Amino acid sequence: MKPVSYLDYNATSPLRPEALAVMSAVLQETGNPSSVHGFGRNARRHVDIARQQVALRVGARSENVIFTASGTEANNLALLNAGNHRLLVSAIEHDSILKPARQMGAEVIQAQRSGEIDLDHLASLLQQDSRPAFVSIMMANNETGVIQPVAAISELVHRHGGLLHVDAAQAMCRIAVDISLLDIDFLTLSGHKIGGPQGVGALVLGRDREMTALLLGGGQERGRRAGSENVAAIAGFGAAAMVDTGAELARIGALRDHLEARLQTLGQPITFFGRSQGMALPQSHERLPNTSCFASGTKNSETLVMALDLAGVAVSAGSACSSGKVRPSHVITAMGFGAATAGTAIRVSLGWQSSQEDVERFVAAWSSIQTRQTGAAEAAGGVFTAA
Amino acid sequence: MSANNAAKTPANDTAVGTNKPQLPIYLDYQATTPCDPRVVEAMLPYFTEKFGNPHSRNHSFGWEAEEGVEKARAQVASIIGADEKEVIFTSGATESNNLALKGVAHFHKGKKNHIITTVTEHKCILDSCRHLEMEGFKVTYLPVQQNGLVDLEQLKAAITDQTVLVSIMAVNNEIGVIQPLAEIGKICRARGVYFHTDAAQAVGKIPLDVNAMNIDMMSISGHKIYGPKGIGALYVRRKPRVRLEALIHGGGQERGMRSGTLPTPLIVGLGEACAIAQKEMGAETERLKYLRDRMYNKIKEQLPEVFLNGDLEQRIPGNLNISFAYVEGEGLMMGIKDLAVSSGSACTSASLEPSYVLRALGVEEELAHTSLRLGIGRFTTEQDIDYAVEHIVQSVNRLRAMSPLWEMAQEGIDIKSIQWAEH
Repeated sequence: MKPVSYLDYNATSPLRPEALAVMSAVLQETGNPSSVHGFGRNARRHVDIARQQVALRVGARSENVIFTASGTEANNLALLNAGNHRLLVSAIEHDSILKPARQMGAEVIQAQRSGEIDLDHLASLLQQDSRPAFVSIMMANNETGVIQPVAAISELVHRHGGLLHVDAAQAMCRIAVDISLLDIDFLTLSGHKIGGPQGVGALVLGRDREMTALLLGGGQERGRRAGSENVAAIAGFGAAAMVDTGAELARIGALRDHLEARLQTLGQPITFFGRSQGMALPQSHERLPNTSCFASGTKNSETLVMALDLAGVAVSAGSACSSGKVRPSHVITAMGFGAATAGTAIRVSLGWQSSQEDVERFVAAWSSIQTRQTGAAEAAGGVFTAA
Repeated sequence: MSANNAAKTPANDTAVGTNKPQLPIYLDYQATTPCDPRVVEAMLPYFTEKFGNPHSRNHSFGWEAEEGVEKARAQVASIIGADEKEVIFTSGATESNNLALKGVAHFHKGKKNHIITTVTEHKCILDSCRHLEMEGFKVTYLPVQQNGLVDLEQLKAAITDQTVLVSIMAVNNEIGVIQPLAEIGKICRARGVYFHTDAAQAVGKIPLDVNAMNIDMMSISGHKIYGPKGIGALYVRRKPRVRLEALIHGGGQERGMRSGTLPTPLIVGLGEACAIAQKEMGAETERLKYLRDRMYNKIKEQLPEVFLNGDLEQRIPGNLNISFAYVEGEGLMMGIKDLAVSSGSACTSASLEPSYVLRALGVEEELAHTSLRLGIGRFTTEQDIDYAVEHIVQSVNRLRAMSPLWEMAQEGIDIKSIQWAEH
């Protein structure tokens, strides 16, 4: 039986009807945006409109939007433009920052137990060296949904003459993201995390600047990213960016809070990562309203996710890119939790199609798995099942 | 027909009861191709019900998407005679070319530092090479012969002990000529040098076999073969293994060679496009050859002083590139507004510089300016061809009637001998 409840929106989102509609139409047309004839100009028009839509959503100028093939590519492109700056990245970044940053000899900013980065540590790192820094921080974490104090970080980084890159792949359309207001130099966006298509992302610049391109070739994207524009996906990204998510987010936030409240009533100790301990619910303002990441400290993440899938609920043990690799989340570990806790964490992330029914199905499945007597994996004493 | 109306399939492409094709006529199949409706149909379920992230390994939404990706990988591998484990998905041929060149060069940095390519490659190969030169690599840009083909003896002579890679495109995007891939592959293999070919314009149009041709890396594009834009692939040989450094780092997808969430619907579309092309290549080649020859012969019969750029025999059936002497290029383009054609490669078509590919063949600047690239493909009909020929001939005749140069040439004056005075 196919699971009926998809609660893994931070991995990817089903395509919104607004995006599907424009993409279906564009896929029936032809034309390369670089061609000067009518077919080409028509294709270019779709790209231009989408560029304005994405720019509008994040408070940018449309000429400062560089379309890429993914958030990952946008992150790589941003880091490539760190130039001779000192590179500082936080410990809880996505692999598409951490992996290239490590190769570039980046210094790591510590995270706190709350999931926020340690501002004092950042400040001391910035003071240690007079060279200007290139700082990369995600706006909202993909695993815990914890939102970083970007305004404060921006102020701090710029006071020290540095540049700020913010990975807003998970934040866009879920919280307010305004590149001008927050004074961000580089901003990463992803199409499929907001209900747009996979295969498109963007790097947005706070102000026009000379860029080193990762992909060289034709002069597309004003020489900043070569390759024929992915017209249909870009158009879909633009359409998804224009969806008014206000009411939807309030609804999703309430569902998430309801889910957490229900889990707490089940009686077992449970840790919600990134949620202020000992404070009253809801705490939506400090995390993305759609994300809940928690651990019960009993069964390991992989076992839980598999068992939930069998029960018809799709959730995740961490970020999708590293799914299948059995290792505790680097995010939760960086927040100071031990491997025993980190190794039992799962992430529930809701989205535009999520309903009360999905939440109830999850709670029922979770409850039944938690109370189930020795399963095969536990009987064998194995913490980790084979992937 | 218009590509806006791509829903027509090749089987029913002959409009009944009318000789007038739908305007404008799309004749720019080397710039991009319409996405085949069968491809769109294959993609659609992956936008909606099968929307999972193919890297989600622990739930069935992920598995379903992964299944789609792996089926497509096999379809792509099949059309080039590769193993599916050798196919890396990218965002397009530009990324594949960047990855192949920079990836191999960076991996072998300090050991081997020489790359060989040709002057008629796509911009993304030439720009990547220039970038590598700035990093300290040596690059040999081989000239091409007048017919657009590389001279194999020159290639042999250019290879040194320092050569790590030869990158020569399979089919040129402007003139459609097919390079002698098997011969190049043989030379490279004998000298222990990697052979990369940009096959964006070749896949699905000519038979390709990475093993028979000793190809070590091959760039593939989705939107040049009736698949979607924003997707491509790089074939990377496993035996003997090609070592390269990734360009985009992150989640470690595509065996670490290319990170980023795989766009399942686009990949499914690329796979389907390959499967269709593989199945239909034989019949479609014959059909396009007939249309292409009809077009070329009719133009030649009606117009003197027209020149085909690039070899006619070693050429894909869907391309003509013709220079029309004694007309003004911009005027010609304006005169055939109903025809969507290109006067150079799409990436540079907005610039007024003469095509560097035509210049490399030794085509003079004036003639290069008056050249048209006529790209025909799966949805081109005989009516489209006849209409296009009629309008090109009319337009050229009209421009020549107004041209004093044409008049002088008719009177037997050698225009090149005239010393033009400044005034």
